[in-house]
Amino acid sequence: MFDKVAGVSCFESVLDRKEWADLEPVRQDDGPNPVVKIAYSEKFSDVYDYFRALLKNDEKSERAFALTADAIELNAANYTVWHYRRVLLQALSKDLREEMRYITAIIEEQPKNYQVWHHRRMVVEWLNDPSEELEFIADILSQDAKNYHAWQHRQWVIQEYKLWDDELEFVENLLEEDVRNNSAWNQRHFVISHTTGFSDAAIVEREIQYCLNQIKKAPHNESAWNYLKGMLQDRGMSSQPGLLERVLELKETHCSPYLLAFLFDCYEDALENSVQRENAEEDERKETLKKALEICELLAQEKDTIRKEYWQFLGRSLKNRFVTGGSSDEPDVAESSGKQESN
Amino acid sequence: VKLLIFSLRTFTKKSTKIDSLLLDKHGDYIAAYGSKKDDYEYTLSEYLRMSGIYWGLTVMDLMSQLPRMNRQEIIDFIKACQHDCGGISASIGHDPHLLYTLSAVQILCLYDSVDALDVDRVVEYVKGLQQEDGSFAGDKWGEIDTRFSFCAVATLALLGKMDTINVDKAVEFVLSCMNFDGGFGCRPGSESHAGQIYCCTGFLSLTGQLHQLNADLLGWWLCERQLPSGGLNGRPEKLPDVCYSWWVLASLKIIGRIHWIDKAKLRMFILACQDEETGGFADRPGDMVDPFHTLFGVAGLSLLGDEQIKAVNPVLCMPEDVLQRIGLQPDLLS
Repeated sequence: MFDKVAGVSCFESVLDRKEWADLEPVRQDDGPNPVVKIAYSEKFSDVYDYFRALLKNDEKSERAFALTADAIELNAANYTVWHYRRVLLQALSKDLREEMRYITAIIEEQPKNYQVWHHRRMVVEWLNDPSEELEFIADILSQDAKNYHAWQHRQWVIQEYKLWDDELEFVENLLEEDVRNNSAWNQRHFVISHTTGFSDAAIVEREIQYCLNQIKKAPHNESAWNYLKGMLQDRGMSSQPGLLERVLELKETHCSPYLLAFLFDCYEDALENSVQRENAEEDERKETLKKALEICELLAQEKDTIRKEYWQFLGRSLKNRFVTGGSSDEPDVAESSGKQESN
Repeated sequence: VKLLIFSLRTFTKKSTKIDSLLLDKHGDYIAAYGSKKDDYEYTLSEYLRMSGIYWGLTVMDLMSQLPRMNRQEIIDFIKACQHDCGGISASIGHDPHLLYTLSAVQILCLYDSVDALDVDRVVEYVKGLQQEDGSFAGDKWGEIDTRFSFCAVATLALLGKMDTINVDKAVEFVLSCMNFDGGFGCRPGSESHAGQIYCCTGFLSLTGQLHQLNADLLGWWLCERQLPSGGLNGRPEKLPDVCYSWWVLASLKIIGRIHWIDKAKLRMFILACQDEETGGFADRPGDMVDPFHTLFGVAGLSLLGDEQIKAVNPVLCMPEDVLQRIGLQPDLLS
């Protein structure tokens, strides 16, 4: 790797290489009036001057291909070099499996670089062979379980080549290691929505159970609660028999702002449903509303004061919708009256 | 004794909180950037130079110090970066890309010199990157990302040419990236991420589709990014970073829920990210500064209402007065 501290490396100057003698290097051109002066290190200017010469001549040769590796080593974010390397891979019919090994080495060193991940995807597509991918990505994730690029690549591989079978197990293993890994929770949703789906009651029950178990291990877990809410919001929180009771039970020993927010959502959902039920008990409704408003108060004043404005907004909009039996109160009336206060 | 005094000084210096905005220092930092110090870092960032210039110029304009920059040299530089296909590259000798095409158009809008480009060719380039499913590739190599959907419509909106693409299909794709938590990722199924959310809400604003959002749900996810320190992170369980003060805050402003953040605490966090000696902002207090975080720190403070800074448009991250001159007023939810 290039030693930026010493500015000196064991890299042999390109100028010394006999095989480059025929090429006129192209110095950096910053336009007719350079915006700013740039002082390069010698090695960097060596490599890039010759790279520019190759580009200018549109040279497609082995030495050009080798130089792209030098250029990448100096600056792996330079997308023009990666483009050119791809052109050369095809023009020279290079061994793509060897290229995969090269890409693996670069990603191991620089796992957050956009260009190399996109390059990997292209080569996998050309090879039409994803067989190494899941294991490779798992290795990268073992070093940083939330690497956004790694997860995108994983989702692409799985979807493109239909490699769903073992993914749920993979996700569960990651959540065993770190139950707060939001990427893993997202992946869980991704796998299930593309395989069994969430419409089967048995699946939903299984997922609820899974979420509650994880929450018991680590109560202050935004991802688990987001997942639970995300899964249920379309069907309605109160559609799940016994869920409210289970959450109320958890509240005694594993409370968190997220649990309280979820309870609020349950009460809100119950209120919405009772509006539609003509024989709804007025007392029951009042009680539910009271409990919901108490939660907003508790969160705003004590449990999650940094988001006080949000909790107070929720309380106001609930009151506007459900107090004094105003059945004509549409949600957006509540929103606009809530928002007349500062924005 | 000397050693003791040294370590005492260091300790004292680090624990002094910065609670005022050092606008002059930031102006000096940006004006000098690349001309003498940190040449190695500057060289390494050549592949994004066009965006680097956009960050620098925008923050200078927000601080009312734009005249300190070299307008003509920059316009000439941009001209030299437009390729035959119409697309614009990050720097001379680099390949064209949507990211740098947007940055170039934003810069020329600041300078009221869009005619420096062959606008029709820019439009053709952008149009040519739209895929069948409505998404946009970043360049001819085909990487798909909602960031590029935003770049495409922002570029065309600034040029007044939005009707040249299939807007309905573009909207369809972006909406297909909406997740169960109300947020957006880079492609369908991708984890919600504040940077991507900014791009998608900005996109929906420019295409007049903000009503498709679940603003309460998304607003809650966004205000959950605020940590006890007052700073904002980009996804659950990650560290705060000053640039999320922009991605998250601008998104909240667009959907009309910026008041759900504790503004005072966020302001304190952003101010603490300044470097008193060098000027500029870092990603978090004590780290090295750069122009990217400097822009987003200052822009974030503008959104929070700091009157020493010009008003910034939350959709395009450009001074409001520039957009007024162009006649572009993207939708915001109230």
